[in-house]
Amino acid sequence: MRLSADQMILWQYGFIKINGTIAFTWGLMAVLAVGSKRITRHLSTDLQRSRWQNLLEIIVTGIMQQIEDVGLRSPEIYLGFLGTLFLFVASASICTIIPGYEPPTGSLSTTAALALCVFVVVPFFGIKAQGLGGYLRSYAEPTIIMLPFNIISELSRTLALAVRLFGNMMSGTMILAILLTITPFIFPIAMSALGLLTGMVQAYIFSILAGVYIAAATRGHNTRGPKAKPIPAVQP
Amino acid sequence: MLIDWFTVGAQALNFIILVWLLKRFLYKPILGAVDAREKRIAAELADAASRKAEAQKERDAYEHKNAEFDRQRAALLAKATQEADAERQRLLDEARKAADALAAKRREALQSDAANLNQAIRRRAEQEVFAIARQALADLASTSLEECMVDLFARRLRLMDGKAKLDFGEALKAATEPVVVRSAFDLPEAQRSVVTKALKETFAADIPVRFATSPDLVSGIELTASGQKIGWSIADYLASLEQGVGELVQAKGQSEAGPKAEPEPAPKRKAKSASSPKAPKPKAAHS
Repeated sequence: MRLSADQMILWQYGFIKINGTIAFTWGLMAVLAVGSKRITRHLSTDLQRSRWQNLLEIIVTGIMQQIEDVGLRSPEIYLGFLGTLFLFVASASICTIIPGYEPPTGSLSTTAALALCVFVVVPFFGIKAQGLGGYLRSYAEPTIIMLPFNIISELSRTLALAVRLFGNMMSGTMILAILLTITPFIFPIAMSALGLLTGMVQAYIFSILAGVYIAAATRGHNTRGPKAKPIPAVQP
Repeated sequence: MLIDWFTVGAQALNFIILVWLLKRFLYKPILGAVDAREKRIAAELADAASRKAEAQKERDAYEHKNAEFDRQRAALLAKATQEADAERQRLLDEARKAADALAAKRREALQSDAANLNQAIRRRAEQEVFAIARQALADLASTSLEECMVDLFARRLRLMDGKAKLDFGEALKAATEPVVVRSAFDLPEAQRSVVTKALKETFAADIPVRFATSPDLVSGIELTASGQKIGWSIADYLASLEQGVGELVQAKGQSEAGPKAEPEPAPKRKAKSASSPKAPKPKAAHS
């Protein structure tokens, strides 16, 4: 039994290969990019605008609101990374309703790649915000004794991110596949709907956790004040 | 092996590319559109606020102007009312003056008419009274009365003195024609001689005398020579009385024509007019 789309090799040249995961990712990327480009090509700054523009505005402003709620003061800086995380994971799970599709997030390779990105981006934003010394000093907070634990925590949470998303997505697909062999009618539909919900929840959890890690890295111990008050977005 | 490290790298790269793509095609345009709309709405709100402030300002200005207009209108109205009142008062005064003048004129005219009428009545009454008196005296005159008259005349002649006597004497002597003695009735010879005698005694000269009758004298006798006259007659009395009454009436009429002329009670006037006229003395009149 195939656990993920990684084992679905489409093309291979020595070390370099194109498997199902990469192919489906490209497909998702194409849909997201082309869809965005098509919708944002005729954006209206007027009060009258298209439904698609409304939808995208709701999504983008909603993500920004969430980022702000996490405690990041300038959400537009983190919107590119955290928003894309959410949109990629969410669209990957939504597309499971398409027959023959396998979510790239059901592959540990993809989730590990996303977790590694988070693992890289958190110190990047932390150093950007506090400087290298400030960021490194945060590992020895509150005491130097906590340094190894902080490092372990850093590594383990990255692993947890990857495994959590992988487990959820892979299990959803696996359960659906197993159920299809046992009860081909009705029940798989309910499980598929549940899988969609699980996928959305996982997308939210993944991006929010990434946001929290970034917030923790950027704030440091000196600026750990009260949570920033969310600025209400103008809803036309 | 669950993790394919080439796939991990490829997926990481894919993710980075996706981040760039979405930034390029999704986040930037959408945020730009939202920002533009927010700016536009803010600008419209600011514009609306400024318009509102402007409208408020204009409203205040118009209210101020309205108040000013009301005040001016009230002032003009008050002024017009005042002027109308003054004009009304002036017209009333003029009308009152005109009415007063007219009334005064009418009163004057009435008084004048009344005075004229009174005068006419008095004159007529006077004329009637004198006519009656003259008639009565004419009726009463007789030869004996003529005798008395002649005697009186002769006595008067003798009593003449001074300048009158001298002047008359000169006139008699200078007369080329006989002097005329006029009487109402033809004098008998005896009385003619009395007169002639009296003349002769008075002027110490023989004076030619011619006797003539004149009913106008009523009852009396007169001597005329060279424009000079001496005599006595009731007609003289009557003339004197008439002159006196006429003067009195004239004086009355003038005093009544005055603004505060009050008509005197008739009995008083009657009493006055009934007062005895001055008895005219036999006089030598120079005509």
